[in-house]
Amino acid sequence: MGSHALTTPVAVVGMACTSFGEHWDRNVDDLLVEATHGALGSAGGLGVGDVDAFWLGSMISGVSGLTLTRPLNIAHKPVTRVENMCATGSEAFRNACYAVSSGAYDVVMAVGGEKLKDAGYSGLEMPSVPNDGTPPVLSAPAMYSMIVPAYARRYGVPEEQIKEAMTHIAWKNHSNGARNPRAQFRKEVPKETIAAAPTLAGRLSVFDCSGVADGAAAAVIVRAEDALKYTDTPLYVHALALDAGSGTGRNDSDYDYSDLAEAATSARTAYAQAGITDPATQISLAEVHDCFTPTELVLMEELGFSERGKAWQDVLDGRYDRDGALPVNIDGGLKSFGHPIGASGLRMIYEMWLQFRGEAGDRQVADPRFGLVQNQGGSPGDLVSAVTIVSDRRP
Amino acid sequence: MAGIESYAVYLPVPRLDRADVARVIGGRGKGERPVASYDEDATTMGVEAARAALRGTGGADSLWFATTRPAYLEKSNAATVAAASGLPAEIAAYDVSGALRGGAGALRAGLSAGTSVVVASDVRYGLPGSADEADGADAAAALVVGPDPVAELVGTASLTSEFLDRWRIPGDVRTRTWEERFGVEEYVPLVERVVDDVLGRCELKREQVDHVVISTPHSRARATARRGFEAAQLAAVDTAGLGYAGAADLAVGLALALDAASPGDLVLAVSATDGADAFVFRVTEKHATGRRSGLADAAPGQPVSYGDFLNWRGLLPREPARRPDVKPPVPPASRRTAAWKFGFVAAQCGSCGYRNLPPRRVCLRCSATEGFEPVSMVDVPGRIATFTDDWLSESVQLPARVVAVDFDGGGRFECEMTDAVGREIAIGDRVTPAFRLASVAGNGVRNYVWKVRPHLEEED
Repeated sequence: MGSHALTTPVAVVGMACTSFGEHWDRNVDDLLVEATHGALGSAGGLGVGDVDAFWLGSMISGVSGLTLTRPLNIAHKPVTRVENMCATGSEAFRNACYAVSSGAYDVVMAVGGEKLKDAGYSGLEMPSVPNDGTPPVLSAPAMYSMIVPAYARRYGVPEEQIKEAMTHIAWKNHSNGARNPRAQFRKEVPKETIAAAPTLAGRLSVFDCSGVADGAAAAVIVRAEDALKYTDTPLYVHALALDAGSGTGRNDSDYDYSDLAEAATSARTAYAQAGITDPATQISLAEVHDCFTPTELVLMEELGFSERGKAWQDVLDGRYDRDGALPVNIDGGLKSFGHPIGASGLRMIYEMWLQFRGEAGDRQVADPRFGLVQNQGGSPGDLVSAVTIVSDRRP
Repeated sequence: MAGIESYAVYLPVPRLDRADVARVIGGRGKGERPVASYDEDATTMGVEAARAALRGTGGADSLWFATTRPAYLEKSNAATVAAASGLPAEIAAYDVSGALRGGAGALRAGLSAGTSVVVASDVRYGLPGSADEADGADAAAALVVGPDPVAELVGTASLTSEFLDRWRIPGDVRTRTWEERFGVEEYVPLVERVVDDVLGRCELKREQVDHVVISTPHSRARATARRGFEAAQLAAVDTAGLGYAGAADLAVGLALALDAASPGDLVLAVSATDGADAFVFRVTEKHATGRRSGLADAAPGQPVSYGDFLNWRGLLPREPARRPDVKPPVPPASRRTAAWKFGFVAAQCGSCGYRNLPPRRVCLRCSATEGFEPVSMVDVPGRIATFTDDWLSESVQLPARVVAVDFDGGGRFECEMTDAVGREIAIGDRVTPAFRLASVAGNGVRNYVWKVRPHLEEED
């Protein structure tokens, strides 16, 4: 019993990612076609017919595998739609990898896409089961804003200090995104502007929250041993972990809102699979789920990058900056990209694809060793977290 | 003889400064009036009063709920009041809705029924600048009737008179009235006659009565009728200076009079609407004078701006947030969880003792699957574990203050904190449950839930 590294390792041999943003002129079909065809094109010119099975990640942009088959005119192939809230993109990728590793298929695709802007809402609309009206209704920023006072209390750090670190995270991710042609928001924002913005929930302002966007991304996955048939620079998968908590934190008085235990567990599992013993030094870059700035702050501890209670210090010291010891969200993160649910996990992997192939332009990290992707859904106390570890070295 | 065993008054916390109204609408205004909060209606206020009045009593066989602003028509509001008041399914619960006279009617019905709880609750408003808006009071009162009273019923008299003095068409905001002098000429003789009738039946003289309550929406008729009594007889109700509380006014006045009364005192309560009703009670040795209504210990009022007041009433609709429409609770789910939704009954795990809020099939702490005890959380105070202000909430009043509450003796629940507009709160603050509205959906379904509010009784 237990969670193990794949017996048959797998590799990504083709990837593509659309630009993220307000695609008023394109529907979800257009986005899925662009990502899918792009990924196939980068995998040595594979055609749709060469793919044995598909996994589609989408939360609200369509139901069933037919959401992918119709626009692509795929016929008579197994297509699975998966959903795990905001971790949907990682979940599609994870399941696709398992399918190849199991020996069931030779070539598979993980595709994630979401069209959110057409709804006209600010923020996300979560699908909900008809209920008795008693579950508390609060916005996602409000749920995550609870981290701030809780973290302050737990570690005796003044909230002002935490807010300063949150501002640094927003500033950093916007600064990174300004260098990324695929990002939705491509402007540097001065710290003064971020700090002075009016609050939306608790201590969170609009700059502490990621936006809504449309976008899609796709990956072609094969057995590691076959990878060089498709590309000279494949991206190898070292770990795939998912942790779904019991979702009871918000009804359990033992929970204090300051930690994201599911993130820590999924990271631990992934490190064991990848043979990583000291993530703070062995991970060269990370794409993490910065849905809100305090999320990224706490994740630095959950992922083992910072000591407990010290992440705010490391953030302010620039450890996670583009030129820091461990660049985090060097592509701009959810803060700059916005968050088309089904696509985000794959967008994060796409940055690894570029980085490990040396194609990240002026964002390029020198000689990365391991890259970590963390993607989560839910809220503090009620969370699923996925961690993927990749590199350019075959496991 | 049956009489009133227990009683309670509920006044909502918000207070509207009439001078604030005058600044917008013109005219003059002084003093303030109680206003139902954005998440209150006649039903939730009735629950507050009923819960308080029923505390420590043996319950009731019937419930009579009077209001002129029923939350629902056709669907019973009395049933909601009964469920949220923790009354059993065997209760006979009836709405006495629409007419102002329902307040007196519910009291008569309750007294006749023998063992009952009479709940009168009203929200008074009209068009901006109207007399109903300025001189009304949102309030609720509940009277538990039974054979072991603190105030026994000595006698009643009623007169019914068909004439048009004030009226409102269903769905209308405003009430219309006929000219003042006509009302005075019709009402004052009715009050005189019903007082004579009831005192005659009880073989009492006016001067023998210690406390007099005169309740009528017609202010000139009330002023004239009061001249028939001494100031001392009217003093108990005067001190409150609340304004006219509609269908709840008679019961509120009666509660105030009883607060001031001593054993042996006689209380005359008169309501004049579409006729007149008079009740005489004699206060018994069981009565402990003062504070019994709960008014003296009630939360202090908090100002509400005229803009917020109009918004709460739906008279100044605000541009909604760009968010999906509020989803209504669905009847089957609400029915399945009625004990939780309306009664705030949690499931205490028999294995580990943890209280699951809401009840679950598998204990969230120890995963036990059986042996849960239903436990009412309504009277259980708690402490704020953490909180936030949510400007993106669906709540009518922004920011919504959301709190995680750890209840005394175990159990955690997240909900909106109410009666906290503009109030500084902190982790560790004491809170207590309150039955309120979460939202009203597009299909008209009102989402009643339990929230928390500041707990004032034992601040430490």
